[in-house]
Amino acid sequence: MGIKKDYEDIPGTYVFDADAGRRGYQLNQFCISLRLQKNRDAFNADEEAYLDQYSMTAEQRQAVLDRDWNGMLALGGNIYYTSKLAANDGINFQGLAGIMTGMGQEKYRKMMLDGGRSPDGNRYQSEWDEKDKD
Amino acid sequence: MARITAGVGCSHVPAMGVAMDTGNTQDDYWKPCFAGFEKTREWMKNAKADVVFLVYNDHCTAFDASCIPTFALGCAAEFRPADEGWGPRPVPVVKNHQTMASHVAQSLILDEFDITIMNEMEVDHGLTVPLSVMFGEHGVDDEWPVQVIPLCVNVVQFPPPTGNRCYNLGKAIRRAVESFDEDLNVVIFGTGGMSHQLQYKRAGLINKEWDTDFLNRLTSDPVGLSKMPHVEYLREAGSEGVEMVMWHIMRGALDDDVTEVHRHYHIPASNTAVGHIILENNKD
Ligand SMILES: [Fe+2]
Repeated sequence: MGIKKDYEDIPGTYVFDADAGRRGYQLNQFCISLRLQKNRDAFNADEEAYLDQYSMTAEQRQAVLDRDWNGMLALGGNIYYTSKLAANDGINFQGLAGIMTGMGQEKYRKMMLDGGRSPDGNRYQSEWDEKDKD
Repeated sequence: MARITAGVGCSHVPAMGVAMDTGNTQDDYWKPCFAGFEKTREWMKNAKADVVFLVYNDHCTAFDASCIPTFALGCAAEFRPADEGWGPRPVPVVKNHQTMASHVAQSLILDEFDITIMNEMEVDHGLTVPLSVMFGEHGVDDEWPVQVIPLCVNVVQFPPPTGNRCYNLGKAIRRAVESFDEDLNVVIFGTGGMSHQLQYKRAGLINKEWDTDFLNRLTSDPVGLSKMPHVEYLREAGSEGVEMVMWHIMRGALDDDVTEVHRHYHIPASNTAVGHIILENNKD
């Protein structure tokens, strides 16, 4: 019996739990290595060669090369790690949110200035499924 | 003996640090956010704290995924601001009250809180932004006006410690501080939050009503508040809003009855709702 995950019905959200941490370990360790300039230089000089140092899955590796930000999260990445890769690419947290939400930076920034995304209609997956049907 | 006289709750949004470091706190975007901390800085001066016990979390900076301590107490002599990917913040090195920190470590473990002891640690925006916000601009060659004992809590990999555990750890921290011989005035900070989600399609979630209720209950119902299940933070305050469990450590270290002397709430700072509160123990 595993632990019951009462958070899996929250829409648009990957909860980075210990299972995700296990799956994403190599991916996240790669990302955090980019905290240091010398590693960013090496990665930017030859991404493939740099990634060879990390035994991540083929899907994780491809997600990194494609800068598939949501894909990385689905494969066990955590936002505080993937944000290091984003920073390397010159993308800050708000820019990244613009990409991950599919809204684009301008629309996202305006939503935040207007008070952010309301929790109403955004608490349960079933609420999103209803919306999709309309 | 040493005493905890007050508690501070405060967001630690990295963009606020950037705004201070680049001198942009008075532009249209940031002015209302920082205005709420003017009274705080006055209060901080009058509080005459010797030591700040600062509860925060690391954001995959000093700790990578190889080791994830739930509670890590900083026992080193000093803590350097970390490079989070764009160079270290230009703020002073953080100096510990080292004998008090090791006393607290021993006391907590014997009090059945099995914390991790950090004899080397860099600190990221989770710790330096609250210092900047509370004490104002300080350059690399300045000194912070207080010594700081850092307590780093895992809130990144789920599950973080429960609110109840955090609240009780606060009580143990108070016992530890009060059994330290030196006459020291200690203020405890609980940082992080408030509602925010940084990731995936629901990024940008803000819940003003929930945040306001949280701030209210710190005074009116701290014990009930500390029992809130994790899933409620995730659902109502966003996946990164779960950071707020750290505020219960601060609250647990105070008297049962406290007086709220200041509050500030502002939306947005980048992706986040900024919340701030000052609670004083009712003087005897
Ligand atoms: Fe944080």
